[in-house]
Amino acid sequence: MPPLKIERPGKEFRSGRPARAGAASRPASFLRRSGAALLILAALSLAAGAEEPAGPSAAGGRARSVIQIWLWGGPSHLDTFDPKPEAGYDYCGPFDKTIQTNIPGIQINELLPRLAKIADKYSIIRSLTHGIDGHETAAYITQTGHKPGEALSYPSVGAVVALFKGYEHGYRGQLPPYIILTTSQGRFSEVGFLGSKYKPLVTGGDPNGKTFAVEGLSAPGISSERQLGRWDLLKKLDTLGRTMPADPYFASFDRSLNEAHELITGDAARVFDLTTEKDEVRDRYGRTRFGQSCLVARRLVESGVPYVTINYGGWDTHKQHFQSMRQKLPELDNGLSALLEDLAGRGLLESTVVWCCGEFGRTPRILWEAPWNGGRGHYGKCFSVLVAGGGFKGGRVVGTSDARGETVKERPVTPQDLIASLYTLLGIDPDGRLPDSQGRNLPLLPPPTPGTSRNLLREIM
Amino acid sequence: MKKTLLLGLAAGLLLAPASSGADTVRRPAAPFEGAGWTAPANFIDTCVLAGLGKRGIKPAPLCSDEIFVRRVYLDVIGTLPEPAEVTAFLEDPRPDKRSALIDTLLARPEFADYWSLKWCDILRVKAEFPINLWPNAVQAYHRWIRDSLRENLPYDRFARALLTSSGSNFRVPPVNFYRAVQGRDAPSIARVVALTFMGTRLESWPAERRAGLEACFSRIAYKKTAEWKEEIVQLDPAPAAVIETVMADGTRLKIPPEQDPRRVFADWLLAPGNPWFTRSIVNRAWSWFMSYGIIHEPDDLRPDNPPVNPELLAGLEKYLVDNKYDLKLLFKAILNSNTYQQSSIPDGNNPESARFFACYPVRQLEAEVLIDALNWIAGGGGEEYSSPIPEPFTFTPRRQRSILLSDGSITSPFLEMFGRPGRDTGLESERSRQPSAAQRMCLMNSSEIQRKITMSSRLQKMLASVKWNRELIIEQTYLIILSRRPTREEAEIAAAYFQANTSLGYKAANDDLAWTLINSKEFLCRH
Repeated sequence: MPPLKIERPGKEFRSGRPARAGAASRPASFLRRSGAALLILAALSLAAGAEEPAGPSAAGGRARSVIQIWLWGGPSHLDTFDPKPEAGYDYCGPFDKTIQTNIPGIQINELLPRLAKIADKYSIIRSLTHGIDGHETAAYITQTGHKPGEALSYPSVGAVVALFKGYEHGYRGQLPPYIILTTSQGRFSEVGFLGSKYKPLVTGGDPNGKTFAVEGLSAPGISSERQLGRWDLLKKLDTLGRTMPADPYFASFDRSLNEAHELITGDAARVFDLTTEKDEVRDRYGRTRFGQSCLVARRLVESGVPYVTINYGGWDTHKQHFQSMRQKLPELDNGLSALLEDLAGRGLLESTVVWCCGEFGRTPRILWEAPWNGGRGHYGKCFSVLVAGGGFKGGRVVGTSDARGETVKERPVTPQDLIASLYTLLGIDPDGRLPDSQGRNLPLLPPPTPGTSRNLLREIM
Repeated sequence: MKKTLLLGLAAGLLLAPASSGADTVRRPAAPFEGAGWTAPANFIDTCVLAGLGKRGIKPAPLCSDEIFVRRVYLDVIGTLPEPAEVTAFLEDPRPDKRSALIDTLLARPEFADYWSLKWCDILRVKAEFPINLWPNAVQAYHRWIRDSLRENLPYDRFARALLTSSGSNFRVPPVNFYRAVQGRDAPSIARVVALTFMGTRLESWPAERRAGLEACFSRIAYKKTAEWKEEIVQLDPAPAAVIETVMADGTRLKIPPEQDPRRVFADWLLAPGNPWFTRSIVNRAWSWFMSYGIIHEPDDLRPDNPPVNPELLAGLEKYLVDNKYDLKLLFKAILNSNTYQQSSIPDGNNPESARFFACYPVRQLEAEVLIDALNWIAGGGGEEYSSPIPEPFTFTPRRQRSILLSDGSITSPFLEMFGRPGRDTGLESERSRQPSAAQRMCLMNSSEIQRKITMSSRLQKMLASVKWNRELIIEQTYLIILSRRPTREEAEIAAAYFQANTSLGYKAANDDLAWTLINSKEFLCRH
């Protein structure tokens, strides 16, 4: 297996987006051939990391990357990380057995056996709450930390990280700092008022397909010679561009072309090529779109991408709930456990935060009546999130829900608290400000109630 | 080896030397420019020339007929001209043919389609989050907006309908104006009203001036009905006290309980001499054609953001009032000005040329217009739309043009990538015109665009109709994509490409030409 590139170009690349003129300035490409290259590159990468200028609010924090597993639709907390077998059939339905994890006292749904074996690697927060039961508003608050209705649209955590850990703050990768596997969720604009500069790259495609090609990185069915000919023709026939060489808009157009060329002709696409992974590794993640997306996420983080979101849908189970769970929980179990183990095995878990939840949980009491016939509705009052890595301790449970999982019993945690903790681990000051085009200098997160400090997840940090 | 070649070429492409810029005598740049101009075509030019004279900036020459025909189609109806329409216009000997074409386009059905897209951005027409109109109200609202534009409802009446209507969101569509807000409290509503009709950002006003305006929106009630997602917007019937308030211009208002404060506000806003209403719409309209507002950004009117040409702004205001708020007549005046018809290539190197309207600034086509143009080149096909809302009224067939999309919640990856606004706030700046690497990659490499070219029925038909004659293929491909014929030099370069790639055959070679032209700045930008 050819080693993955962990390239961090050195200082010859100007600040901001690296722009490369040609093959000459690619010191890393020849190193890749030797087996030692990976180590050397890793060392280079660490050294480069140490020299990175700290942003105005990017000091401290050991986490470098985040993988967000977004179970959109809202998974049932009772059927995943907060099982309640004692609550009776109207609450747990057929899932009346739990599985003991490798941490005494922590139990999860028995359909998550692989995650049960590695509970020391993650913590579960069983007291997340925002009280909102609409998908769009709940998705917004859970991913931005802001309540809707402020007449502006805040950026998601991914866009904020792309801003504070991106090109302005030492990131030098070719791929954009914020990548979504594989489709946009479409409920709200990820970038909010930050603008298109921090827009995520949405890969499209299916990593579990025969070939996983990120749209645009290569031209399917077009030979290199023909591509060459086309570019030459484009250069010769750019009559208007040549007539207006000084136009500032065209200059920004040329910059975008420059960046695109780098991505197309550079090695960026290799990170998406799963055929270089061993079959056992691919099998371990599960041969599903979600499982293979987890594998791609690991590779992206390994190559230095600061924020990766896996949009994993299908959790909005108003009907056919238990049938869906029997199919989805093993997928989740395989993909997520493989990801955590793999990250840990490669020494990446320490620097990578993984968080996994949906916009809300689901009604603890099962809706047996028609038309739901054993489904679960939306439930924002109390639900669970799994967090791991990047400075989050493993093997802990934070907060508790009541006997039926209907209300928070101890230690309520809001999305704002969770996100503030995540920012802290990344070295982003949760009390910092966000720039916007109108110079409003808005708060990154809503300020805590006057007289109180931020409710960070200190017990697991 | 191949990779090195590719890289080398990429470098060559990017570092292509700029054409020497030391010319002292300005000659028209073929094929983009026509003659220079010094005489004003109407009052607009008089004001612009005076402004430029003060700053010592020379206006750009007029654009050529080829450029004009494409520009005016895109600007007025968001649609590319058919090759036959281009050639008919070029061959038209009438001296006033530009003016005649403007009239034709203002009367085309696509006019209302395209401008309803613009108004739906400003009015935040969206089914779900953060604006929650819901799908069927979106349909009703969009239809009302489009009908108003089709009937050329005078702008003051359009504004009054939006500000004062009461009733069901399904049956009285303009009431949706008050539903398309984030937050239904008086301050939130006042902020939206001020942005929409006064072109000003209320949040930057001092609190006491803001309060005067907010008082006018303190008695709006929203009432649910038995019908799913129907909502009545009306004057709150609860007993109320007399509202006494001072408007931003010092006008004192006393609103008795039986009077709807929204009407009182509308009367104030639409009264002759109101300093915001007319000014903000003419400034917006100007920016829609000239990229920059006379006050810029076009929805940021405030005392410390002065107009770059006060006489021009005043002239446009007077023109609109004299013509009873007929926006089509205002558009017509702008489109017939030499200012609008200037070339994109500024005369001289003043970086401020565009800001003072000494040229027609280039900028990328809007996402919707661009994908429509690509689908038109493909000869059909269309875009695959999706909506996160699993409800009726959200399915949109592929063949539907994107400029006709009613709902900000219905979208496609292409539209998102090319800067379609989220319709979260109604700010003009929500629409992004910033070119990105992802956009370039999509147009150069994505299988979707590749398919549109290779499977294009329009290009196929053209090949047959010109009987596979190489010169005619090249000419027609230029006409289809760039709305002009190639220059002799361009035709020779293209022919040489066909010649050098005989192994591809004419079909594939022409696909490459089409790919090239689609990826050119000339295709992707208004110019």
